[in-house]
Amino acid sequence: MALQSLDIKRRSATTMPPPSIRKTADVAKLIDISKCIGCKACQAACLEWNDLHEAVGINVGSYQNPPDLTPESWTLMRFSEVEVPRDGTGEPELAWLIRKDGCMHCAEPGCLEACPAPGAIVQYSNGIVDFQEENCIGCGYCITGCPFNIPRISKRDRKAYKCTLCSDRVAVGLEPACIKACPTQALVFGTKDDMKRHAEDRVAELKERGFATAAVYDPSGVGGTHVMYVLQYGDAELYQGLPRNPRVSPMVKLWKGIFKPVSVALMGLAVVVGFLHYVTVGPNEVKEEKAGQPGAPRN
Amino acid sequence: MERQNNLIVRYRPGDRFIHWVVAVSFILAGLGGLAMYHPMFVPLSALFGGGPWTRASHPWIGLVVFVFFAALAIRFCRDNKLTAGDRKWLSQIGDVVANHEERLPEVGRYNAGQKVLFWVMLITLVLLLLSGLVMWYGYFALDFSLGMRRLAADVHAISAFVLIIGIIVHIYASFWVKGSVRSMTRGTVTPAWAKQHHAAWYREISKGGAA
Amino acid sequence: MTNNWVDIKNANVIVVMGGNAAEAHPVGFKWVVEAKARNKATLIVVDPRFNRTAAVADHYLPIRAGSDIAFLGGVINYLLAHDKIQHQYVVNYTNAPYIVKQGFDFSDGLFTGYSSETRAYDTSSWDYELGSDGYVMVDSTLRDPRCVFQLMKKHYARYTPEVVASLTGIPQDKFLKVCEIIASTAPADRTMTSMYALGWTHHSVGTQNIRTMAMIQLLLGNIGLSGGGMNALRGHSNIQGLTDLGLMSNLMPGYLTLPHKEEQDAATYLAHRTPKPLRPGQFNYWSNYSKFYASLMKAVYGGAATAANGYCYDWLPKVNVEYDMLRTFDLMAEGKMNGYFCQGFNPLQAFPYKSKLIRALSNLKFLVVMDPLATETSEFWQNHGKYNDVDPRHINTEVFRLPTTCFAEEDGSLINSSRWLQWHYKGADGPGESRTDIVIMADLFIRIRDKYRKEGGAFPDPILNLDWAYVIPHSPHPSELATELNGRALEDIVDPKTKQTLLHKGQQVDGFFQLRDDGKTACGCWLFAGSWTSKGNQMARRDTSDPSGRGLYSSWAWSWPANRRIMYNRASCDPAGKPWDFNRRLIWWNGSKWVGFDVPDYKPDAAPSQDMGPFIMNAEGVGRLFGRQLLKDGPFPEHYEPFETPLGTNPLHPKVISNPVAKLYSASMELFGKTSDFPYVGTTYRLTELFHYWGKHCRINAVLQPQQFVEISEELAREKGIGNGDPVVVWNRRGQIEAVALVTKRLKPLKVNGRTVYHVGIPIHWGFTGVAKKGYPANALTPFVGDADAGTPEFKAFLVNLRKA
Repeated sequence: MALQSLDIKRRSATTMPPPSIRKTADVAKLIDISKCIGCKACQAACLEWNDLHEAVGINVGSYQNPPDLTPESWTLMRFSEVEVPRDGTGEPELAWLIRKDGCMHCAEPGCLEACPAPGAIVQYSNGIVDFQEENCIGCGYCITGCPFNIPRISKRDRKAYKCTLCSDRVAVGLEPACIKACPTQALVFGTKDDMKRHAEDRVAELKERGFATAAVYDPSGVGGTHVMYVLQYGDAELYQGLPRNPRVSPMVKLWKGIFKPVSVALMGLAVVVGFLHYVTVGPNEVKEEKAGQPGAPRN
Repeated sequence: MERQNNLIVRYRPGDRFIHWVVAVSFILAGLGGLAMYHPMFVPLSALFGGGPWTRASHPWIGLVVFVFFAALAIRFCRDNKLTAGDRKWLSQIGDVVANHEERLPEVGRYNAGQKVLFWVMLITLVLLLLSGLVMWYGYFALDFSLGMRRLAADVHAISAFVLIIGIIVHIYASFWVKGSVRSMTRGTVTPAWAKQHHAAWYREISKGGAA
Repeated sequence: MTNNWVDIKNANVIVVMGGNAAEAHPVGFKWVVEAKARNKATLIVVDPRFNRTAAVADHYLPIRAGSDIAFLGGVINYLLAHDKIQHQYVVNYTNAPYIVKQGFDFSDGLFTGYSSETRAYDTSSWDYELGSDGYVMVDSTLRDPRCVFQLMKKHYARYTPEVVASLTGIPQDKFLKVCEIIASTAPADRTMTSMYALGWTHHSVGTQNIRTMAMIQLLLGNIGLSGGGMNALRGHSNIQGLTDLGLMSNLMPGYLTLPHKEEQDAATYLAHRTPKPLRPGQFNYWSNYSKFYASLMKAVYGGAATAANGYCYDWLPKVNVEYDMLRTFDLMAEGKMNGYFCQGFNPLQAFPYKSKLIRALSNLKFLVVMDPLATETSEFWQNHGKYNDVDPRHINTEVFRLPTTCFAEEDGSLINSSRWLQWHYKGADGPGESRTDIVIMADLFIRIRDKYRKEGGAFPDPILNLDWAYVIPHSPHPSELATELNGRALEDIVDPKTKQTLLHKGQQVDGFFQLRDDGKTACGCWLFAGSWTSKGNQMARRDTSDPSGRGLYSSWAWSWPANRRIMYNRASCDPAGKPWDFNRRLIWWNGSKWVGFDVPDYKPDAAPSQDMGPFIMNAEGVGRLFGRQLLKDGPFPEHYEPFETPLGTNPLHPKVISNPVAKLYSASMELFGKTSDFPYVGTTYRLTELFHYWGKHCRINAVLQPQQFVEISEELAREKGIGNGDPVVVWNRRGQIEAVALVTKRLKPLKVNGRTVYHVGIPIHWGFTGVAKKGYPANALTPFVGDADAGTPEFKAFLVNLRKA
């Protein structure tokens, strides 16, 4: 995929421009939580298409199985029971919010920014953020960089894995496997512009239905995402830990942003200063050396 | 005073061995760390057999650095207490850099620069160890929150930077102050070297035995 | 379904009650989502649990398991009290104006004619008053106190919102709000659809649960209209086909019934099944019963079936008692049945009271299991520790496993809930020694026939004379069976008037209207006539054109009857033949005949002035609000408590607590628990991730729902000191299960009849075979009692106790 690809927008740990001559349309997956029945067809389709062999686990008191994303479960239905007023102000009602979790394919991906391995993470011009595991060194920095806590490192091969947005399918004009499997069209896929329009229509319909706070989730803190949600209750935090204002952590920004070049420059500078000192001030030699003493310093 | 052919023994073989273990492992840890730090250093990972080997070996090498430095620190910490004279020494850093050693207060076994470096190394290595454990995905990282892991990445990078700068100074100083390298290779210094650079130390050891 | 899956998108209001469509029918549920998104439909969910369907509902009402009729009766009372009915429809298309016989009454929980000794009713008074002309007397003003409308009004006047709240636990204000929404579909331009499944059937009042909603739909004028109807969601891909082809102990294909032991000759049998019209001018379609019967028998026995021998009537078994599944296992347990042939079925998990089932299977001499999988039933004799604690040394049953292929490993058709017969083609060969069900059955038949030929036997004729004219006798092709089911002419059939040949000998019939009772046609299932005609396999059609614009897709596959997509569609027009609602028109009278997008469910040339009712299968020609003698437990549905009731009484009539004619079996009575010992209401259900007891054999499904759990409310968990994820034991007098406790807000304690009722939700899927974690079958706990009419076990409401393991 990536090796022969000519439409790479960003490439991890690479300071020169990647091959980017081809431009494809920005794509997006829209997850309409108000239409989702939590059937997990997307989860099953993901396991099937990607030939993943998740282990049969245990029930920990939830419909959420496995309980968290794993190196083999790139998408997961998260179930949360909340009591919340439908219109934002009235009497709280029980809601069972079922959110399909997985990589959000940020326009400004924190994983890619944090990744130290050249080409282990790429972003295509269509916006898909893809891990190239053959380049992955398994350091886990992508996890540290991700504002959504998505990548997982496999114990088997120490590589990081996550949703590829079925970049293999999308590259040949198919929709991602989860989209194909969704029975209620809670998952739809298309160009980002189309998906945004569709999402706005859905929000309008939900507002009409009394969900006064309904909103589209396309957080600007990460430059927008190529996986968007329609949230009938608006507040992202209700949906099992979806961050309200996700952004690449300032700690990661510091580490991978300004500090990285500055520190390298300063280290270089330290060497240069030492050199200059040596050629200007010169070495500090022992002045009262007795001649003929054995073991006199020679350097 | 321990002497060898009229030379003063500054470092016993054990000290030297540990020092060089620390030195070599530090260099390796540093090169591996830099390879994972900035794209321009990525070629360094070839020294370790590629990216995954660099990632896999780095924490173990780091542990070697820490363990051996800890042994060194136990041996040396008594001589690295900062004194009033040290503060004066530091305030006259301009004279230090300009090779006007004669204007400086008398120095003991270690000058204030060496002492500061000692403490910087100790502190940064402790920070590197702790933050390194938090970032070690093979074993511990998943036991810590994401916030902790992010903080650890910052701490690790900053500590490493400070340490590397310190080590650059340390290495340079050993070239700059002639006669220093031999103290760590052969273990001995000349009395003149000792008298010039560590007068107080020289006086002290001279009391102990016949010159 | 009276309508079909796609048509749900046309509803204005969708009530999901007695089912959990999103969970159990996620693919079809897309049409509910479509209705919401594109038709601004309101989705109402009434269920003991806030389930996956409730997750996307506009209104959710928590109801006590087993109190559905109380709720629905309350809705009827609301509609009648507030006059929210479709008047013209009710007067013209239902039996509301019909006068009921003097003597029919209801008091203290019983209709007239009950005998406590036989636990049955003498139903003679449950009928209409006939006039001197032989037709039912009617009062179109609906004022006569003996008319169905007034009797119904009186019957349900007891179901006030207070009573509903007290019986169901649904707060009055929420109940009234939902009544208002349901009532909003009484106007002719609004419809409501009812989607239900086993949440209604799995009760000792299962059939009546469904009837109550059907009555509501008739009152609102929602039957026969696009976006309306009574829509049963079938739980297997081909369970609709099972009933259509009569795979029940009392049925033959096409809902023809087996004779009863009193009906010893064909004339009596046919007379009992050929109704007389109850009103003038009615189509009375079952008057064609003899044609369907004769054609069926010709298909089965070929030349041996003649008019003279009543088409081999004597070879048909005559039913003495109903051999429903509960009785079958009862007989095994009593040692009266000692061989069992189990095809595509896992009764050890699917029937109630597992320990009795083990006893029953252990009593057999032989058990044959035809299945693609090793099921719990086929492995019942194996010890699986606490999950199946049997001692194989003491089980002498000889078990034969005949591995079958899966549906995708053979050609054939499946019938979905929409009544669509959809042909499919083989995708792969079956593994190993597996053979198709057809091949296994054919092979068995030929061997048995050979044995009868050689050795004679008690009654060889029906076996030796069975028509078996397949090209390869031991492997009939599915297309041969399908064409046989469609039916064909056995001789040239000539129109007596025009002398034109309508059908040549051997030609496939075009529809059941061509079937005859003179032996000139053969048809394996009259309902399927038209599915494979001389034009070819209609079931294989894949044309997505939709001239209706509302999702009829009449050229996609083939729908019984007669490719009709919405049943009773004549009722979508007013009596004058004009659609009630132009926008949802299906058919209409064009002045000379009925035309439209759908196939008219009516005599195509019967002018509206003929006054023929739209419900042509009924002798009345109209829908029945009063059920006459057709159901065993009463012409009006009544709320009876589950046999294990958490109330210990029935506040409506304390002397008659539970359904007085429900099916009880040996040893079921003494194992019923009391609320003092078993204070919680257990209810069983399916989960999306696992399909019945098969899904757990599939790794990905097992990953998605790996381990058995039970759901309890936070309040009950607190009371019992149970934390989320703790192991718990649920037990009653029939057995116990251990599972993980899933503590949830989605189950709430309900205030019922002055006390608090807690539910324990028990998914059914786990067992001791498959790749999921081993678990207990839910039927370790379920009671052995069946619905009076259908015999369905009461899986949805029983009593249990619970403790931390």
